Amino acid sequence: MRTFAYARADSVERAVDAQHAQQAGAFVAGGTLLLDLVKLDVMRPQQVTDISALPMKEVAFVDDDRLRIGALVTNTDLAHHPDVRQHYPLLSQAILNGASTQIRNMASTGGNLMQRTRCPYFRDVAAACNKREPGSGCDAMQGINRMHAVLGGSEHCIAVHPSDMCVALAAIGATVTLQGPDGTRDVDFGNFHRLPGETPHQEQDITDDELIVALTLAPPLAPQGAAYVKLRDRASYEFALAAAGAMISLDGDMIGEARLALGGVATKPWRCAEAEEILRGQPAETATFERAAEAALADAQPLEHNAFKVPLARQAIVRALRDATRDAKEGHA
Amino acid sequence: MKDYSEHSPDATVPVHLTLNGEPVSVDVTPNAILLDVLREQLQLGGTKKGCDHGQCGACTVHVDGIAMNSCLRLAVMCEGQEVTTIEGLAEADGRLHPVQQAFLERDAYQCGYCTPGQIMSATAMLDDERIASDDAAVREAMSGNICRCGAYRNILAAIQDARQQMQGADPARSDLASEVRS
Repeated sequence: MRTFAYARADSVERAVDAQHAQQAGAFVAGGTLLLDLVKLDVMRPQQVTDISALPMKEVAFVDDDRLRIGALVTNTDLAHHPDVRQHYPLLSQAILNGASTQIRNMASTGGNLMQRTRCPYFRDVAAACNKREPGSGCDAMQGINRMHAVLGGSEHCIAVHPSDMCVALAAIGATVTLQGPDGTRDVDFGNFHRLPGETPHQEQDITDDELIVALTLAPPLAPQGAAYVKLRDRASYEFALAAAGAMISLDGDMIGEARLALGGVATKPWRCAEAEEILRGQPAETATFERAAEAALADAQPLEHNAFKVPLARQAIVRALRDATRDAKEGHA
Repeated sequence: MKDYSEHSPDATVPVHLTLNGEPVSVDVTPNAILLDVLREQLQLGGTKKGCDHGQCGACTVHVDGIAMNSCLRLAVMCEGQEVTTIEGLAEADGRLHPVQQAFLERDAYQCGYCTPGQIMSATAMLDDERIASDDAAVREAMSGNICRCGAYRNILAAIQDARQQMQGADPARSDLASEVRS
């Protein structure tokens, strides 16, 4: 394992300054992503700045009914937080569908937003990967691409965004607050993760010397039902082949507001705006859900080994919408 | 709040831990992994290295009472923290922790390599009121610990036995536990 210098930050300002002075620095909080990839020699930081002691661990409503989550809140604490369970059940469900107990205990909210793909060619330094080494090519394109994206890919990269939590965030809506050397700025969650296009190595709208300090959720949809359906190769502790997060509010038997996002099939957390439009004002029944699923997958571009993801994602969507509707009828929230 | 500090890649950094209840100081390089420091510098070989990438759970320890993969944690980040390993679970007089005893009684292992990690996850889970007590919830909460011998049924039975034991009740068995025993 490569060596690196280490700095322990005692303030956000000092953490950002320490990073700003580095050519190849990295922040560490939970360490579950960084140390995995350093061991694989995929990430090669020359300095690691430890932010784990910074005061970014609060979860609280701000005055306009939006929940503000400190970047260091662990996945476990966020999933079990009473306000999240009550007002954002989709977020709680999605987090608990991801990783393992130990990983969730360590992993931070900010770190989850910075999570990198599980594409085996990205993780293998002997393979060609435009995300890891710009311009080197993409071995997944003609390789074993069973796990790869059917939505949002480019000729340069088809790596799937791995997060479950971010699927819920895409459906809920959120703002990411970053702090850099020149102060703070807010980025809409929907724009935070980038499509690979011609620059798959530029994964998020964040510079090397900016730190995620907080995430602020959009006001909760109420009343709502929520469901996260994740389909994978084993029952637990596995990344999604296809996942769907849905929120539904009902107006009698008709759908009022609908939110839908996908995981496991796309290069970024995938909000399905057209499908949501199809759902609004329509009867909350299977035929409607199937139409929405068709629309959500209309642009899918399957590869040699992953065409099965299209019908699988369709089923995940229909099930998530059906379960969210049932949840809404049972009078949640 | 810990003070600001900076350390070059080759320098060693003193780290002060409470390790299995005892104060310990150890000098580590910035890139030293907690798992390796426990095994190779502190001579505690009970914590096992399986995948070394957070995928198998063999390295599970408690940091400030919380189950973590010690293979994905920098030792230097544990400054001032309490670390508990499998060596720290039994009583000073040698009496086993109820989870250890239940693993023995239920034969909840074959080769035993994953067992320390299984037990560290189980003890943390039994102390966590946010995790439900039914068999499905236990299986889900334990899914970060892989057993390649496939001793899962007896591991589950042992954990549910230990739960009853720790609640001071008769070891009434869960449905699955009774099924395994009979």
